[in-house]
Amino acid sequence: MSTKHSIALTINGQRYSGDVEARLTLADFLRHHCDLTGTHVGCEHGVCGACTVHVDGRAARSCTMYAVQADGSEIKTVEGLASDEGNSLHPVQEAFREFNGLQCGFCTPGMQMTIAAYLEENPNPSEQEIRELISGNICRCTGYQGIVKAGLRAAERLREEQS
Amino acid sequence: MGVKNLGAAVHRIEDARLITGHGRYVDDIKIPGTLSAAFLRSPEAHAKIKSIDLSFARQIPGVVAAYSLADLDPSLQKRMVQAYPNPAIKTDITPYPLAKDEVCFVGEPIAVVIAEDRYIAEDGVQAIQLDLDSLDCVIDAREALKPGAPQVQSSFESNLSASLNWKFGDVDQAFASADHVFKESYFQHRGAPHFMECRGVLAQFDSAVQRLTLWSSTQSPFLVRRYLAAFLEREESSIRVIAPDVGGGFGPKAVHYAEELVVAIATEKLKRPVKWIEDRRENFVGTNQQRDQWWNVEVACKANGKILGIRAECIHDNGAYVPYGLLLPNTSIVPFPGPYSIGAIDVKLHSALTNAVPTTPIRGAGRPNAIFVLERSIDTIARELNLDRAEVRRTNFVRKDQFPYETGAKLPSGVSIQYDSGDYHKTLEMALQASKAEEFEVRRKKAAQTGKWLGLGIASYNEDSGLPPYEGATVKILPTGRVLVEVGSCAQGQGLETIVAQIAADYFGVQTHDVLVRTGDTDFAALALSTVGSRVAATVGPSVHLAAQQVREKALKLAAKDFEASVNDLEIVEGRVGIKGVPGKSVGLGDLSRRLVANVNLPVPSGFSPGLEATAYHTTERPVYANGTNACEVEVDIESGEVRLLNYWVAHDCGTIINPRLVDGQIIGGVVHGIGNALFEHMKYDRKSGQPLCNNLGEYLLPLATEMPQIHCEHMESPSPVNPLGIKGAGEGGTIPGIACIISGIEDALRPLRIKINEYPLSPERLLELIDEKRQQRAS
Amino acid sequence: MKPTAFEYHRPSSLNEALEMLSSLDDAKLLAGGQSLGPMLNFRYVMPENVIDINRVPEIKGIHFESNGAVRIGAMTRQYEIEKDEQFNQQLPIFREALRWVGHYATRNRGTLGGSLTHLDPAAELPGLCALLDAELVIKSQNNERTVSIHDWAVSFMQANIEENELLSEIIIHPWTVSHGFSFLEMSRRHGDFAIAGVACLLSLDDKDCISKTAVSLIGVANGAVRLKNAESLLLGERFSMDLAESAAQVIDGLDAPADAHHSGDFRKRTAKTLFKRALKQAYDNAIEGRTR
Repeated sequence: MSTKHSIALTINGQRYSGDVEARLTLADFLRHHCDLTGTHVGCEHGVCGACTVHVDGRAARSCTMYAVQADGSEIKTVEGLASDEGNSLHPVQEAFREFNGLQCGFCTPGMQMTIAAYLEENPNPSEQEIRELISGNICRCTGYQGIVKAGLRAAERLREEQS
Repeated sequence: MGVKNLGAAVHRIEDARLITGHGRYVDDIKIPGTLSAAFLRSPEAHAKIKSIDLSFARQIPGVVAAYSLADLDPSLQKRMVQAYPNPAIKTDITPYPLAKDEVCFVGEPIAVVIAEDRYIAEDGVQAIQLDLDSLDCVIDAREALKPGAPQVQSSFESNLSASLNWKFGDVDQAFASADHVFKESYFQHRGAPHFMECRGVLAQFDSAVQRLTLWSSTQSPFLVRRYLAAFLEREESSIRVIAPDVGGGFGPKAVHYAEELVVAIATEKLKRPVKWIEDRRENFVGTNQQRDQWWNVEVACKANGKILGIRAECIHDNGAYVPYGLLLPNTSIVPFPGPYSIGAIDVKLHSALTNAVPTTPIRGAGRPNAIFVLERSIDTIARELNLDRAEVRRTNFVRKDQFPYETGAKLPSGVSIQYDSGDYHKTLEMALQASKAEEFEVRRKKAAQTGKWLGLGIASYNEDSGLPPYEGATVKILPTGRVLVEVGSCAQGQGLETIVAQIAADYFGVQTHDVLVRTGDTDFAALALSTVGSRVAATVGPSVHLAAQQVREKALKLAAKDFEASVNDLEIVEGRVGIKGVPGKSVGLGDLSRRLVANVNLPVPSGFSPGLEATAYHTTERPVYANGTNACEVEVDIESGEVRLLNYWVAHDCGTIINPRLVDGQIIGGVVHGIGNALFEHMKYDRKSGQPLCNNLGEYLLPLATEMPQIHCEHMESPSPVNPLGIKGAGEGGTIPGIACIISGIEDALRPLRIKINEYPLSPERLLELIDEKRQQRAS
Repeated sequence: MKPTAFEYHRPSSLNEALEMLSSLDDAKLLAGGQSLGPMLNFRYVMPENVIDINRVPEIKGIHFESNGAVRIGAMTRQYEIEKDEQFNQQLPIFREALRWVGHYATRNRGTLGGSLTHLDPAAELPGLCALLDAELVIKSQNNERTVSIHDWAVSFMQANIEENELLSEIIIHPWTVSHGFSFLEMSRRHGDFAIAGVACLLSLDDKDCISKTAVSLIGVANGAVRLKNAESLLLGERFSMDLAESAAQVIDGLDAPADAHHSGDFRKRTAKTLFKRALKQAYDNAIEGRTR
C-alpha cells in the first residue's frame, strides 16, 4: 500500500482535509471523501467534461487531477454555485432551468461550471463562442440547443447585474 | 376544472435538484460499509477458459472476495433468464452471470473482485491469472452466415439466430404490375448509446427480513425484479428494485445485465452492501449497442411514383448472446410500410450471432433502420423518375381521410396494425414551409457561385409509440392535503415527474409544483413495465388521469354529502372543494383525506371505502402512432469531404402535448442522436481479432455542440382516440427519420454528380471515396 | 478506471525536481495531467513514481528578452499563452492555433512543455514550434543543453530527452519582418485530434513576391514536419492557387501512417487541401497587414 498524504483545501468556502493515496482523483475525493456528489464522473479520461470544477478560479477536469495536487487550493463545485446557502441560484443555473438546458442532469454540473467560469472572463460571448466553449462537454440528451440558449441568457443576466 | 397545467410549458420539477448538484444517481447513494466491485472481462473475442486463478487477487489487502462462476452456489451456475422468449429464436442463448468455460465477446464478464474501494478492486482484477485458449471468431454478420464460418458459440453449429419474415399483401402481383422496379443495397450502422452516466448497481441484503434491495441505473425496475426473482428462485416480494436518478438510458439500460445479478449474489454472500459502477472503458465492451445491417431492397412502383410493393432482405448483427429476445430485429421490419399506404410488403431479416457484445435497442430501435430503407426508396424513385421528392411522398402517404388506417399487417398478439390518427400530408407541408423548400434552388445556385454544394434533405416517418399493454399510477391525497402521485415507471431525463404532476394537478386545482411525485420503485402499489419505445407519456399519462379522476370523484362525493349539495355544484380550487359561487363554503382535500382514514373506533364516512387514494391502469392493445417530416440544409465541401449542417426543421405530431418544452427537448435531443448515427458514430471492430477499435470517447465520436445545427420544431396535434388524453410518444421521433434526412441532404447536395449514398455513418473520408468512385466511373 | 498505486513527489524548486529525476527509478513527470492523467487512469502506464512539477516556479512564465527572443517556461499553461497580449502581438498564430488545442478546461491545465514532451503527431503546439525554429532548453542535475525543435522528435511520440532530464523552457524568435499568418486544421469535431493541420507564416516583398515563408504540417507524419521543400518552391514567387497547388504536392512524398480511423492517403489529401487554403489565407493576411 502506498503512502498516504495529508491534504487540506478549501471547497466552496469551507475547509476540508483528509489523508489520501496519491492516486485518488480529485473527482473521487470530492464525491466520496467530502460527500459532494454533485460533481459527476462520466469518462475518467478528460473528454466528457462532466467532472469539471473550478480549481483556483479556473475550470478544470477533476478526473485528470489527483487530490494531492489540490492541497492548499480553492475548489468550487456545483454545490457552491448558488449563493446565500443555496437560496439564490447562480444566473447560469436559473438560465438552465429557464431554457430547458438539462434532461437527465448528469452532464449539467460540468456544463454549468464550465460556462460560469468562462463568463467571468468573457462576459459577452457570441453563440459560436458558447458552442466552442461547451464542445469540451458532452451531452447525450439535449442536443445542446437549450444549453447554448442558457449560456447566452446567463451572460445577459450577469451583464445586467454588473451595470 | 382549474388552472390548466396539461399543455403548459411548465418548468421541470426535476431541475431544482439537478441544477444544484443534488441529484441522486446510483453512485451518489451512500450506505456505510459498502464494498466496491470490479469485473475481469474477456480480453478476447472468442476463447475457451482453461483456468482462472483468483488467489493473487484475494491476497491483496483490502480485497474482501473474488468470485468466478465456480465459486457461486451450484444453483446459481446457470444461464440468465430470457427476457423476451420467442419460438423464432434458434439460438436461445443467454449468458451465465460469470462466464463458465467459454467467452464469446471482448468484454464478457469472467470474474468479479470485491474490495473496500474501486481502486483496490481494480488492483485485484489486474492480479487475476487468466488462461485462455483462443478460438476462431467472426465479427461480420454476413461472414457469420456463410457456410464454414467460425462458430460464434460452441453450442450452436449455425450462427443463424433467427429468420423473420414480415409479410402482407400480394407482393408477386405488385411486382408483376409495376411500371418500374428499383433495386438498391444499403449498409446501416447505429453504434453505441453512451449515456453520460454509465451503468451501475448498488445492492443490499437485509438478512433480518430476508429482503434484497437493489438500486440500479435502469429503465425497467419491475422487469429487473422479475428476472432476478426468476433466476434466484425466490418471491418477487423479497426483492425491491429502485431506479434512482438515471443519467440517460436510451434503451440499453432497459436490459437486465449479468452485473446486476452478480452484485445481488455478492451482497448476500458477503453480508455487506456491494456497489458496481461501470466505467467508460467497460461501457464500450459491456453495454449493449446496435451495429450492422445490410439490406437488399426492391421497390415496385407505377410511373407516377406510387409504390405497389416492397421486397427486402436484411442481414442483422445480433452479437454473441440473445438476452433480449427478438425486439431489435422485429422493430427493424414491423415498421413497414411506415407512413405510406403500400399494399404489399415482404421483408425478411436474418439475425446472425457474432463475437461482439449483444445488440439490443437504442433510441428508435430498428425503426430508424426501417424508415431509412423506406425514405431512401422514396428518394430513389424521385431520382430515377425525375419526380419531386415531396410529391412522391404525397402520392404514397396514408391520407387523412383514411384514418384509422389498417395496413394489412398484424401484431404478434393477433391485433391488426392500425394507424390511429394523423395528417401526414400536413406535417410534410409544415416541414417544407418551415425550411422554405420552395426557394431552395435559389439558395443552392447562390451557394454554388462561391463553390459550396448545398443540399436539402427530407425524411418522413411514423412511429408506433405508447406500446401496449399497460402502465399504472397511484394518486393519494396526503393528510396535509398535498397530492402525491406514485408511478412504478421511471425516467432517464424525459421529465416524467413533471408531466405526471401536470396531469394530476388539474384534477385538484393546484399547480404542477405543488404535486409530490415518486417514481421507479417496485414497492409502489401500481405495477409497471419499462420505459422504452416512447411509451411512457401515452401509458403512464392516462393512468395518472384515471387514478386522479377517481380520487377527485371520491372527494367531490364526500364533500357533496357533507354540504348536502349535488356533485355538479362543486369545484376544486387550490386543493379545496367548494360550492361554485359560494365563497367561504369549502373543505380542504386534507380534511377529507383524514376523515377517510379515520382511526380506531372512529368511523369512516358511511358509504365510503377508507382512504382518499386510487390506483389505476391504462391498458391498451394497440400502440399509438406519432408522425412527422424532417428537413435539413447541408453544405458539402467536396474537396475535404466535410459536411456542415446549416439548419434542421422538424414538423412533428405527437398527439396531445403535455408540455411543449419537454417535447421540444426530446425531439431536438433525438435529432442529434440521428445526426450522430448519420455522420459520426461508428463502433468499429477489427474483423479478424474481434477487438473493438473504439475504446474511448476520443475514438468514438459523439455529437458535440460545435457541429450541431439550429433545430427548429413545429408541432401539430392529432390526438389519439386510443387513450383518454390523446397522447402519443415523442421520445424517438427525432431519431427515427433523422438519419435518412441527413443522408438525403448530402445526396441532394451532390446531385450534379449523381452520387447515391446508400450507407451510414458517412465520414469525410468515405464521402471522398464515393466522389472519386463516381468520377472514375464517368471517366471510363 | 483507477490508476495503480504510485509514490507521489512534489518538488518546490527546479533543483529539487532535477535531483528527484536523477535518483528516482521509473518516474513520470506530472505537468498539466491532461495526457498523463488519462494514461494513468487507463493503466496504460503504471509508474512507481510520479513527480508533480506544478509548483516548480523556475519553469513557469513568459519572458521577453531584450534581444527579441521570447522564453516560455515549460510549465506555462496553454491558457496563459492564449491570454498574454504582448505574446499575441508578436506571435498571433499561437492564439489562433490554441482554439484547436483540446478544450477550454484542458487548456487551463495543459502546458506547452507537456505537449512538447508527449509529442502526439497531431499536436498543434509542436507544429508551431517547428514553424518558428524553436529551441528547447533541457536540464538535468549536472547538465544543460539546447536542442533545436528540428532535432526534438526521435521517433513516434519519443522526444530527445533522457529519463533524468527535464524540459525547462522554450525559446522562440518571432519574425521581426511584417508577415501574414494562418493556421488551419481539419478534425472530425472541434477539439478532436487533427486529421491534418497546417501552420503558415509568409512575408511579401515590395513586388508582392514571397520573400520569406515557413510552413509546418501536423497529423500526417509521425510528428510535426516543416515543409522545407514546399517553402523553396514558394520563395521568390508571386502567390497564386496554381503555385499553392504545385507546392502542395510535396506532401505526397511524406510517410503517412494509417490508423484504425483514417488512412494515410486521406491525411495527405486533407493536408494538401489545407495547405492551399492556409497559404491563401496567410497571403491575404500579409496583404491586409501591409495596407494597415
